[in-house]
Amino acid sequence: MQLKAKKTNLKAMLTTASCALLGSTANVSAQETWQFDTAIMHYAEVDRVSATEAIIAGTKKFNNDEVLSLKLTIDALTGASPNGATAQPTPQTFTRPSGNGQYNVKAGDTPLDDTFHDTRVQLTGQWTQPLLKDYTVSVGGNFSKEYDYMSASLNGNVARDFNKKNTTLSAGMAYAYDVIEPEGGIPKPLSEMVVGDSNDPNFNDDFNKTRIASDESKSTIDLLFGVTQVINRQMIVQLNYSYSTVSGYMTDPFKIISSVNKNGESQAYLYENRPDERTKHAFFGQTKYHFDSGILDASYRYMTDDWQIDSHTFDFRYLIPFTNGHFIEPHFRLYTQSAAEFYQPFIAQDEAKPNFVSADYRIGELDTYTVGLKYGMPLGDGNNLSFRLEYYHQTPKDNGTQAIGVLKEVELYEQVDAIIAQVTYSF
Amino acid sequence: MLIINRYKVLVVLSLVCSVVGMSGCSSLGVEPWERDLLAKKEMALTSAPIDASLDDHIYFSKEATSGGRSFGGGGCGCN
Repeated sequence: MQLKAKKTNLKAMLTTASCALLGSTANVSAQETWQFDTAIMHYAEVDRVSATEAIIAGTKKFNNDEVLSLKLTIDALTGASPNGATAQPTPQTFTRPSGNGQYNVKAGDTPLDDTFHDTRVQLTGQWTQPLLKDYTVSVGGNFSKEYDYMSASLNGNVARDFNKKNTTLSAGMAYAYDVIEPEGGIPKPLSEMVVGDSNDPNFNDDFNKTRIASDESKSTIDLLFGVTQVINRQMIVQLNYSYSTVSGYMTDPFKIISSVNKNGESQAYLYENRPDERTKHAFFGQTKYHFDSGILDASYRYMTDDWQIDSHTFDFRYLIPFTNGHFIEPHFRLYTQSAAEFYQPFIAQDEAKPNFVSADYRIGELDTYTVGLKYGMPLGDGNNLSFRLEYYHQTPKDNGTQAIGVLKEVELYEQVDAIIAQVTYSF
Repeated sequence: MLIINRYKVLVVLSLVCSVVGMSGCSSLGVEPWERDLLAKKEMALTSAPIDASLDDHIYFSKEATSGGRSFGGGGCGCN
């Protein structure tokens, strides 16, 4: 009894808070109540980055089929991230992106920069409502802020139902504006990282010569066209085409690339440089099929862009319900991508510097897979609790580049293992 | 010539229609009273939006592809 009273109070409290935010009174009728979803997720890579993300999302359905969704996300990131340089048979020293101090990497280890820690707060809002006969419109916005990054976006979507609502066509557009303001500023593309005594009075001057600005920005326009079709009583299919064009700063200011001699030994570290335009096309297909024993959710996505990255994503989930209302849902995801045309694991010192280059394995040739299991249970009064545990594995690959000299002795494409653990509570 | 052009127009039109699903899919679908299974929350295309948004964030920051299901946009400087 006590527990139930507490739950009701929490819901009432959140309802009041949401209403206060919206400037309305907290007088909620029986039909027009808020539904809340809360989740906490922990993502942890072995020896690298870990992140904890908490979400609270509220959805209110009004009597006239209008829907308001609000979502608050907070996440904290700590740990080490590859800086792009290759491992070496000797220890290496790097200057931190801020210019304040240096860090050392052991012989044979993939260089990781352990300065990463950031907290992000994100607010999302979406309003959806019927319009005229057969039309649904939706508008929304998103704002997210972390220490060195800001992102704001707006989106709009219109959908029309045909054929007794068995067919729905939709078209949407989104615009996003992102600003990055890294501590230590924006590095000059392809300039050499200054590595030396950071207490030396000349160090700051030398470091500042590798900086060109304090911040950079990019803007993204997304177009999304979709068709949803009910096939029969058990099956529904969705097909989407999306077009995305990004303009502005897409370089990662924290990433470098090793410049090596003929024997593969690092001679310098250069700040990477990526093109400032990128256009992507994605085709997405999904089906849900209601079998007698469970529900299959299968999807496929093909993406191609003008950085020469092509990717294929396969995702399968199978929800198996039990008679007591509990369910389990195994999940399997497969992903493969080709390398961006300017991806290189290292550059040869005696060759001309390319205009664009990055050693970030995330835009190199890469295969990943995820296996996971979700377990859910009803707690009465329409409340639900679920747990999700997943294992994520990344296999970066060489894009045909031959390792030279000492680079043959070290691991250039280190695999990454991560665990995703999540608890979700809906009330 | 005119007939060929008309034929072409017809082919293009029917292609467009079937792609768009308006005429091509009219034989598919169900009557409103046959929506018992489709109406289940688990049968929604995005039945677990929280999971979907968490996954989007993870894969956005770990792989070179984002979006497709919905908007891929910007969002974070995550590493």
